[in-house]
Amino acid sequence: MNIDVALRKQMSDFTLDIAFTAGEGVTALFGRSGAGKSTILKVIAGLVHPDAGRITLGDRVLFDHVSRVDVPVHKRSVGLVFQDARLFPHKSVLGNLCYGVRASGGEVTRADALSMAKLLGLEDRLKHRPAQLSGGEAQRVAIGRALLSKPQLLMLDEPLSGLDQARKADVLALLEKLRDAAGVPILYVSHQRDEVLRLARHAVVIADGKVIEQGPPAAVLGLSAQQGLARTLKARLIMKNSADGLSELSISGGKLIVPQVNAALGDTVEVEICARDVMLSLVPPDGLSALNTLACDITEVRPSTASSSSMDVHLACGTDTLVAQITKRSVGLMALEPGQPIYAVVKAVALADPSGALQPVDL
Amino acid sequence: MTDVLASAADWLGPDEWQAVALSLQVALVATLASLPLGLLTAYALARWRFPGHSVLNALVHLPLVLPPVVTGYLLLIGFGRQGPAGQFLQETFGLRLAFEWTGAALACAVMGFPLMVRAIRLAIEAVDEGLEEAAATLGASRVWVLLTITLPLAFSGIVAGTVLAFAKAMGEFGATITFVSNIPGRTQTIPSAIYAFLQVPSGEESAFRLIIVSIAVSVGAVLVAELLARRTAHSIRRGIGGHR
Repeated sequence: MNIDVALRKQMSDFTLDIAFTAGEGVTALFGRSGAGKSTILKVIAGLVHPDAGRITLGDRVLFDHVSRVDVPVHKRSVGLVFQDARLFPHKSVLGNLCYGVRASGGEVTRADALSMAKLLGLEDRLKHRPAQLSGGEAQRVAIGRALLSKPQLLMLDEPLSGLDQARKADVLALLEKLRDAAGVPILYVSHQRDEVLRLARHAVVIADGKVIEQGPPAAVLGLSAQQGLARTLKARLIMKNSADGLSELSISGGKLIVPQVNAALGDTVEVEICARDVMLSLVPPDGLSALNTLACDITEVRPSTASSSSMDVHLACGTDTLVAQITKRSVGLMALEPGQPIYAVVKAVALADPSGALQPVDL
Repeated sequence: MTDVLASAADWLGPDEWQAVALSLQVALVATLASLPLGLLTAYALARWRFPGHSVLNALVHLPLVLPPVVTGYLLLIGFGRQGPAGQFLQETFGLRLAFEWTGAALACAVMGFPLMVRAIRLAIEAVDEGLEEAAATLGASRVWVLLTITLPLAFSGIVAGTVLAFAKAMGEFGATITFVSNIPGRTQTIPSAIYAFLQVPSGEESAFRLIIVSIAVSVGAVLVAELLARRTAHSIRRGIGGHR
C-alpha cells in the first residue's frame, strides 16, 4: 500500500508545500525542528486541515480539496504515535492498549493486547497507570496502542526524543522489529540522522516547509548536508576528557574543543558544524567565551537560502570547508568579500552531537 | 440507625419535616434534571467555537448577577399559567409549574445552572485536547471520545459543579418564592419555611432547627464531593494495584 501526500498550508511563519509518496517500510521525514514535519503527520491524520491538497492511502481518498473529501479522523485508519506518548492517565496500561477501535469495527481483544504487551516487554506493567511508567515504557505502550488499532499507515512523531540513550536503543530495537513485521507503511519523523539511517528505506528531507530532497537515506542525508548549511568535518581525537570534561580534536585547519566524545584516542570522529553556530571575526577574538577559533579564508559570500535577511559566507579552513550564516548587515559592516582572511568562532557546546556523545566512524 | 432517624423525626415537627423533604426533592430533581443540559452547555463553551459563543456564555451567567427576584419574575412571566412556555407545557405534557413544587425545581435549576456550568467547563478545559486527538486517531468517534476520555477526566469537576448546584438549590429563596410562592407542603422549601417561621413570634425554635438541618446538608454535600473528587484524582495518579 502507498500513501500519496500533496498538501499546502499557510503556517504562521512559512508555507508548508509538500508532495511525496511513501510505500512499504519506513519512510523518514527528516529536517530540523520547526520545519513542518509534525504538521504533515497531523494533516495526514486529519487533526489539522490543509488549505489545499490531496491525500490518498492505497485506493482510499482521505482528503481532496477539489472534490471536497475530508474523512474524519476516527475513520482514517491512520495510527499516530505522538512525541509525548499521550497515554490516557485514567486507564491502566492494558486499558490503553485495548482502547483502539479497529477499522473493521471490532474492538481490540484482551488476548491481542496481551500478546502485544509481550512483544513490547510490558507484561508486568499491565495494571500500572501511565504516571507510573518510565518514558521508554510509556512510548512503547503508545506504539503498541497504535498498532493494535490495526492502522493502514503508522506514523511516529519523534518517538525517541524524550528518552535517554539506553531507552532510545530499547525502543529503536523494537521499531526495527515492528518495521519488519507490521507490513504497513510507516512514516517516521525525526531530526536525528542516526535514527533515520538505521530505520528508514526512504528519506524525505524537509526544510522551511518544502521537500528539498528525497531518496535513499544514506545518499540524501549526505547530500542535504552538502547543499544545506551544515558541514561535517572528519576529525581525529587527540586529547580526551580533560579535567573539565572537554576533549580536543584535530582537523585540517586547526583544533576543535568539544564536549562528550565517545571514542578512543586517535579515532576519527565526525563533527557537524551548523552555519548558524559560526561567528566571524576580523581579528583573533579576545575576551570571548567561545573556545574554538579557526583561521579561514572567505571563498564565497552569497544570499542565504534560509532567510532573506542573512548571507551565507563560505570558508576554507585547511582542506575543509565551513559555512557561516550571518546577517546582511554584518556582511556590510565588516565589508566581507571573497579572498579575505577571517576568523571563524564556534562555541564548544554547539559541537555536541544532539543524539549524545560523538561516535567514532569507520573510514 | 432507625433510632437516630426516629429521634430526628421527633426532633423536627411535621411542618419542618415537610419543608426538609420538599427541599431535598426539589434540589435533587433540579440538579439531576439540569445536569445533562449543564454538561452539554459546558462542553459547548469549552470546546466549540461558534457564533453566539459569548452570548450563550453571558446568558448562562445571567442568573448569577440578576437579582433573584427578577429571575423569579421572568420565570413567572414565561412559565406561569398565562406564560407561553407555561401554557405549552401544560397543554402538551400536563405539566404545571407555577405555584407547584416542579416550579420550585425549575427556579432552583436556573439559579444553580451558572455554578454547575462554570465548574464543569473549567474541568473540561483542563482536559488535554491532545488526549482527545490521540483517541480519535485510534478510531474513537467524537461521542465515544467524550464518554471515555473527556468526561472521566473531568469527573471531579463535574461532581463539584453538581454539588454546587445542589447546595444552591437547597438554599435558593428569592426566585423560588417569587415564582411559586410559599405554600406549606407544596412549595415551601427550607429557606421559605425559615422565612415564614421567623415572621411569627413562636417560630424561632423551628427556624433554628431548620437552620441546623441546612448547615448539615450543605457541609455533608461538600464533604462527599471532596471525597469523590479526591478518589478519582488518586486513582489517576497512583493507579489501582500499583506499587511504585
